[in-house]
Amino acid sequence: MSTPALSRREFIRVTTLAGGGFALSLAVPEAGWAQASAGLDDTAKVFTPNAFIKITPENIITILAKNPETGQGVKTSLPMIVAEELDVDFSKVVIEQAGLRPDVGAQSAGGSRSTPENYLALRRAGATARAMLVQAAAQAWNVRVDELETANGVVRHRPTGRTLTYGELATRAAALPVPDEKNVRLKSEAEFRVLGSRVGGVDNPAIVTGRPLFGIDQTLPGMVYAVYEKCPVFGGRVVNANLDRIRRLPGVRDAFVLEGTDVINGLLPGVAIIADSTWAAFSAKRQLQVTWDESAGSGQSSADYEARAAALARTEGTPVRQDGDVDGAFARATKVIEASYHYPFINHATLEPQGCTAWAREGGIEFWTTSQTPASGRDLVARTLRIPPEKLKLNLVRAGGGFGRRLANDYMVEAAAIALRTQGAPVKLTWTREDDMRHCFYRPAAYHHLKGALDAAGRLTAWRNHFVSFGYKNTEQPAPSATLNPNELPARFLAHYRLDQSLIATVVPTGPLRAPGSNGIAFVMQGFIDELAHAGGRDPVEFRLELLGEDRIVPPGQGQRGAPYHTGRMKGVIRLAAEKSGWGRPLPRGEGRGIAFHFSHSGYVAMVAQVAVTPDGNLKVKRVTAAVDVGPIINLSGAENQIQGSIIDGMSMAWLQEMTYDRGRAVQSNFHDYPLLRSTETPEMEVHFLQSDNPPTGLGEPAFPVVPPAICNAIFAACGRRVRRLPITRNDLQWT
Amino acid sequence: MPAYTLKINGRSRVVDVAADTPLLWVLRDHLGLVGTKYGCGIGVCGACTVHFNGVPIRSCQMPVSTVSGMEVTTIEGLAPEGTHPLQKAWCDRDVPQCGYCQAGQLMTAAALLKSNPSPTDEEIDGAMSGNLCRCGTYLRIRLAVKDAAAAMQGGAK
Repeated sequence: MSTPALSRREFIRVTTLAGGGFALSLAVPEAGWAQASAGLDDTAKVFTPNAFIKITPENIITILAKNPETGQGVKTSLPMIVAEELDVDFSKVVIEQAGLRPDVGAQSAGGSRSTPENYLALRRAGATARAMLVQAAAQAWNVRVDELETANGVVRHRPTGRTLTYGELATRAAALPVPDEKNVRLKSEAEFRVLGSRVGGVDNPAIVTGRPLFGIDQTLPGMVYAVYEKCPVFGGRVVNANLDRIRRLPGVRDAFVLEGTDVINGLLPGVAIIADSTWAAFSAKRQLQVTWDESAGSGQSSADYEARAAALARTEGTPVRQDGDVDGAFARATKVIEASYHYPFINHATLEPQGCTAWAREGGIEFWTTSQTPASGRDLVARTLRIPPEKLKLNLVRAGGGFGRRLANDYMVEAAAIALRTQGAPVKLTWTREDDMRHCFYRPAAYHHLKGALDAAGRLTAWRNHFVSFGYKNTEQPAPSATLNPNELPARFLAHYRLDQSLIATVVPTGPLRAPGSNGIAFVMQGFIDELAHAGGRDPVEFRLELLGEDRIVPPGQGQRGAPYHTGRMKGVIRLAAEKSGWGRPLPRGEGRGIAFHFSHSGYVAMVAQVAVTPDGNLKVKRVTAAVDVGPIINLSGAENQIQGSIIDGMSMAWLQEMTYDRGRAVQSNFHDYPLLRSTETPEMEVHFLQSDNPPTGLGEPAFPVVPPAICNAIFAACGRRVRRLPITRNDLQWT
Repeated sequence: MPAYTLKINGRSRVVDVAADTPLLWVLRDHLGLVGTKYGCGIGVCGACTVHFNGVPIRSCQMPVSTVSGMEVTTIEGLAPEGTHPLQKAWCDRDVPQCGYCQAGQLMTAAALLKSNPSPTDEEIDGAMSGNLCRCGTYLRIRLAVKDAAAAMQGGAK
């Protein structure tokens, strides 16, 4: 790829002085991957002050959406931030999805980080462009800048009422030097028109008419279709397969073994089948007979893990954090409560299965990928297949759900390896649902053995937890996402606190799933805190507020990692959720309310669930009230969507979902045995944002962990049954 | 392989595919109609819902050999410009999150409103219960179906 050896600013000046104008192709899908990203155009004089904005003389205003869209709404919300400072009507802006490119900062979808990482940079990008357009108008009219104002993409000269559109100013603005964006004035929040409003997703028109949009929708001329069969036993390798028979099946073009690597989230060994259609490939896959070497993991099962966890519970574990005199505090306690909690492995189960389209040519590969970490995907392909990273071009396409599954790029390197064997034809790899269910980086299960001490007034004085988790094929290092932050609430708030850890060696691949760590821990911590409140005869809301104490910033502790807790924000959402839910008001017999709070991914979320349990143990979640403090809201509609979605997702997880393993392989295979919540179980939902004056943070994750404990605490309030094991369906909720 | 003549969105289409090919994959791979989605392949998620002589069916469970001569409507045929009251309501309510299940949701909802022009909340949830949404948009789906029902009734007056 040849790029001009000029800095961007020089490039702008040179091409404009040459009278030719210019057009920078931002994210418009390019015909060929070797095509230059910056092409000269004799007719257009387009204003592109930075990578995020393009304004043509025809007044077409385009904003770049930089990060992968997986349903979390960033293709809408990040451009809204640019539009706010640019001062344009968002409904009239064209949004273009960026490919992976070097000039827009990190491009990933994870950790609820898109908003906090991009808020200031995108505001500056918009404000810089606006300042240049105002400067251009001042020149055009020969007036002072302070006599000019902007609104909806128009500059107005206040004394005379003259106006020019941004399009009319584009060519003149393109000739101006780009000012240092750090010196450009940003709007005050009082001036916001776009941010905080309700904006529908920019892809909604395409979604409701079924236009091609998602990873699985990508279609290229001459494209072939692929499936990839891996060993059902984690870590297994191919010994041989009936490839000759598969190659003779109708519609099949080729079948071959990929030796792969032993990188668990890389290219695993397997058998690829290339066919004329998805169905031909799926059908051939059913005829495939592979002899596997299953020796690596075939001895393991969920039942073994459970037995091992029970044995470990009777041991001491390795101390991870010890504050004060825990043994002394327990000896002095008026009441000591003990309980064991457990949550299972779960699966992301994105509705769009994993897959990727790849086209190998000219020594490189072009991808159409749904990755949440495209740069890591590119590097994985480069490393595994020994292709220079600059020879890999990535188009980012909308994903039918992410939830952390697409932080891994296994499907991408598989597509790449297969694409090298198609004689130059583009190939679309599609995983079957069964592939997706059986080859995940599962949210790891865990077992917590808890002990709490109460004084005579029912105050919590000491806490002890033996956390039994998993290590990947070892018992020394926790597996990915199998850790417990030792500074997690109620650590930092108790003088006497101890956390021990033990690990079970597993072959099950684990990894981040929506609010990793938090999504299981909140159930345990908030459940046991609730038990302690009841044991001390205390109101669960008051008990939590007392534990948090005065409004202050609580750091994680000397030499410890973790975000500081702002107790004022914690208490703010607890109080708001309680108030809005009607906390304390009487309910009929068999109904109850439960409260839970959790801090994760910089977000403060409290929820009150209201449930009914029939005497024969049938659960109905009637209402969930959420109070959320993530600072100012970018897109109110998208933000509410994330909370409502987290409530449904949290209900699915808490109530229904569990992955189990037998003989080293996943037992569940599809939605008939790994259910999602259905519409008939939708509760009433109320979402309240406490829009505090803090920097805005993300919403994809922090509400999700709060749902299971809110529901389980409500179940206890309704019928006296304490849920200490998820999913809830594993519990008997009958009462008399 | 035999050729099958299908009537898709009012147009006659001929496809030359294996007899057991599900309608879903005929639509997606052979006719370029990718709005209908693959979710489970066993008829439990609803992402592949299309209308078959006006009735919502799971296209992943319908071999092409049984479809010949029947009227099939896909999301692309609901209203290509997005003018169906349900499509408008879906945008006005900002229903989609990832959006992957929504074509199936819309086709089920469209069939519901044909047979029951003013459904209650319970009837909507019941009719939609075979369509899974991984992102959890059920509340907004219910509200959007009600909006569309009201708009269609208003239009009929």
